[in-house]
Amino acid sequence: MIPEPAENVLKAIAIRGLRKFYDHHAVVDGIDLTIPAGEFFGLLGPNGAGKTTTLRMLLGLTPIDAGTVHVLGRPMPECEREISSRLGVVPQFDTLDPDFTVEENLLTYASYFGLSRAALGNRIDELLEQANLENRRGSRISALSGGMKRRLTLARALINEPELVILDEPTTGLDPQARHHLWRQLRALRKRGVTLVLTTHYMEEAEELCDRVAIIDAGRIIACASPAELIAAHVEPWVISLNAASARRFIADPATLPARMLEIADTWLIYTHEPGAVRAELDTAGLPHATRASNLEDVFLKLTGHDLRD
Amino acid sequence: MNPNHAFWPRPTLRFVAVWRRNLRVWRKLMMPSLLGNFGEPVLYLLAFGYGFGRLVGDLDGMSYMVFIASGIICSSAMFTASFEGMYSAYTRMAEQNTWLAMLATPLTLDDIVFAEAIWAATKGLISAGAILIVASLLGLVSDLRALLALPVVFLAAFTFGSLALVITAFSRSYDFFLYYFTLAVTPMLLLSGVFFPLNELPEWVQAMALALPLAHVVEVVRPLMTGAWPTQVGWHLGVVAVYGILALIAATFLIRRRLIQ
Repeated sequence: MIPEPAENVLKAIAIRGLRKFYDHHAVVDGIDLTIPAGEFFGLLGPNGAGKTTTLRMLLGLTPIDAGTVHVLGRPMPECEREISSRLGVVPQFDTLDPDFTVEENLLTYASYFGLSRAALGNRIDELLEQANLENRRGSRISALSGGMKRRLTLARALINEPELVILDEPTTGLDPQARHHLWRQLRALRKRGVTLVLTTHYMEEAEELCDRVAIIDAGRIIACASPAELIAAHVEPWVISLNAASARRFIADPATLPARMLEIADTWLIYTHEPGAVRAELDTAGLPHATRASNLEDVFLKLTGHDLRD
Repeated sequence: MNPNHAFWPRPTLRFVAVWRRNLRVWRKLMMPSLLGNFGEPVLYLLAFGYGFGRLVGDLDGMSYMVFIASGIICSSAMFTASFEGMYSAYTRMAEQNTWLAMLATPLTLDDIVFAEAIWAATKGLISAGAILIVASLLGLVSDLRALLALPVVFLAAFTFGSLALVITAFSRSYDFFLYYFTLAVTPMLLLSGVFFPLNELPEWVQAMALALPLAHVVEVVRPLMTGAWPTQVGWHLGVVAVYGILALIAATFLIRRRLIQ
């Protein structure tokens, strides 16, 4: 085994100059990223930005065209098997085994790590309890709700007590209750020192959970910091929203407003440091409006634009 | 070049976990599965053996029933392993994402494809074994030499399972498998000495049949079932093994190209 430089050891993930080409088109175009051990990290970006391809390269599901990837201090793909044994993965799509019960799914998945029932001890009981599935031990997968399947998928990813858990859109399609339950589980993991890397399309989820996020677009990282830092650095603190059609009747030129304006679908979003002045003007014109603090979604829209991505 | 993605498959003993997963699923559905793998060939055996046998009389110095029993053991191994390597493996690969889940663990694609080939071989062995039991109950088996047919059948089912996995690697839907059944499996079944002796056929057809694996399996299994020692065993099993090894290499390469991209 080649000894690793000490600088890679305390990093859960170290990516340098990562590139991936499909038909001479760069899908991942030079990504550098370091995620220290114990961090909760979010990978954000529009569809087709390169998030999933980046994750696939981390997991050895896509060959790396250029650059280096170290996971848990070991190089990919040379140490793929060792890395996999210390990693947990919650994939975007359901990969539970429909022929097995809840408990059999966990036991079978454990066997892929070489873990026997004896070696697991009461780990299965613990995981089922954490996932609120202790009464569903013998249920078939088809009898579970979407939220239960996601919880079981997370429980399954934890069977080998991983140091790093990678979650690809773990809450897509879940109702708010199920989402909050999953968030609670993820926070508990973070507290235990597990490194978490998550992709999501829900900005409030990233803001709620992540210590740091990276926004990826066109295969590059265009911003990387804590959600609060990104908001402070890229957008004004207040947003006033109003109906675009009625607004246009009263305000001929939005450039005259003491603020930055963004039109999305039929809504105007007015970004400002001083909401009082803008609101006074809108009140004078008799336009209904709503004010809120700016958030990560505003940063995302500013940095990645608001054209539809298909 | 990624050392983990070398051209040659490098499966490890971890493949046993995948094999056991398939065994566990099979045990849940054992009754319908056994009925399919073994009920249908037994029906063929009885219908052809009794119905046709009277018209045919003896063949190659044995009753037609004995002749066909030794053939059907080979063909059922071929069918069972081919089905497993196509329909069932495709389900795990493309419908249920079972392999994708496995790839997130220390299992590699080489382990998975090898395990599937060995599992297909196991299923072929199970159905051939069941038919062997029925055949011996019907008094169609000469002596204990027939037990030696089982390892031969296992090798054959490994080969047919690996060939099926090559087809699976290309397949975009279940319908695609009909091409392989119609263009390869059925011609092999009809032209490999399962239902009638090969030497009844024109020489060029015989040459064609001997270029495919099933005829070689039958050449070894039939004597073992009828109390004789097969000849040219190394040659016959060599052809089957070469087919199997090349198919496993191709299947691993093609499935990797499909899934790891």
